[in-house]
Amino acid sequence: MQLHYDINKNQLLVLLDGEIDHHSSNQIRTEIDTAIYAHMPRTLIFDFQNVTFMDSSGIGLIMGRHKILRNLDSEIIIKQPSPQIARILRLSSMDRLAEIQINYPEEVIS
Amino acid sequence: MKFTNEFKCVFPAVSANEALARASLSAFLIPADPTAQELADLRTVISEAVTNAIVHGYRNSSGEVSICLRMLPDRVLYIRVSDKGCGIPDIQKAMEPLYTSVPEEERAGLGFAIMQEFTDNLHVRSTPNHGTTLTMRRKLGQIYAEE
Ligand SMILES: Nc1ncnc2c1ncn2[C@@H]1O[C@H](COP(=O)(O)OP(=O)(O)OP(=O)(O)O)[C@@H](O)[C@H]1O
Ligand SMILES: [Mg+2]
Repeated sequence: MQLHYDINKNQLLVLLDGEIDHHSSNQIRTEIDTAIYAHMPRTLIFDFQNVTFMDSSGIGLIMGRHKILRNLDSEIIIKQPSPQIARILRLSSMDRLAEIQINYPEEVIS
Repeated sequence: MKFTNEFKCVFPAVSANEALARASLSAFLIPADPTAQELADLRTVISEAVTNAIVHGYRNSSGEVSICLRMLPDRVLYIRVSDKGCGIPDIQKAMEPLYTSVPEEERAGLGFAIMQEFTDNLHVRSTPNHGTTLTMRRKLGQIYAEE
């Protein structure tokens, strides 16, 4: 997992990779929270483009960060979830807590 | 129960084995040529069931999780996940979307809702202090409403 902070825009970008489950979410949570309290971002961006799996433990992770960010008057953006993860986000009504940005590259017709 | 193939395994209830359970499901299912969505749905389902056994079933103890996968006639996948943990006192309440017995741990309470959404049927049998068994079925090759 990579964390980038863009000072100009007050954005904390978290580039997640691999699988988000109960096992991996504890470590991810600790790292993100350390960065949140260090930078106090206006916007927390989760970049999901390299996330290959997420279950309800990932939903809990997003809900928990949303609670922290709301107290800082800040917001969450979720970028580029896979179709499966987008389904789980929708099923969990995560679009009410975060802006979900999906733009799939145009299909290449060969 | 008639089946064309079966896979059983037992492993200690530690979180590293959640990925092992998903990998086992994939390896079992791939010869049946599932669609990408079927595979993704069923990996999510087994992950939810095994995580519940580890997180809730063995909350105050340690033990083992058992998995049984079967390919039934007409491409129906059968999944059974069981633990010998604390059991569920009120199954109906446990299955309500957003209900979690441990909100302080940032759990969403969506595991059962996701398992129900991604299978054709889900059955829960649980006895307090003895454990919980989930059985689920999903027929491959169905058209699932997307969006
Ligand atoms: N194997 C089990 N043994 C004991 N209790 C269980 C078991 N599985 C589920 N439960 C109970 O059912 C409740 C609901 O389970 P569910 O998976 O829907 O939500 P959760 O695990 O609390 O949260 P999430 O799955 O979103 O992380 C749990 O909070 C727990 O109390
Ligand atoms: Mg659960």
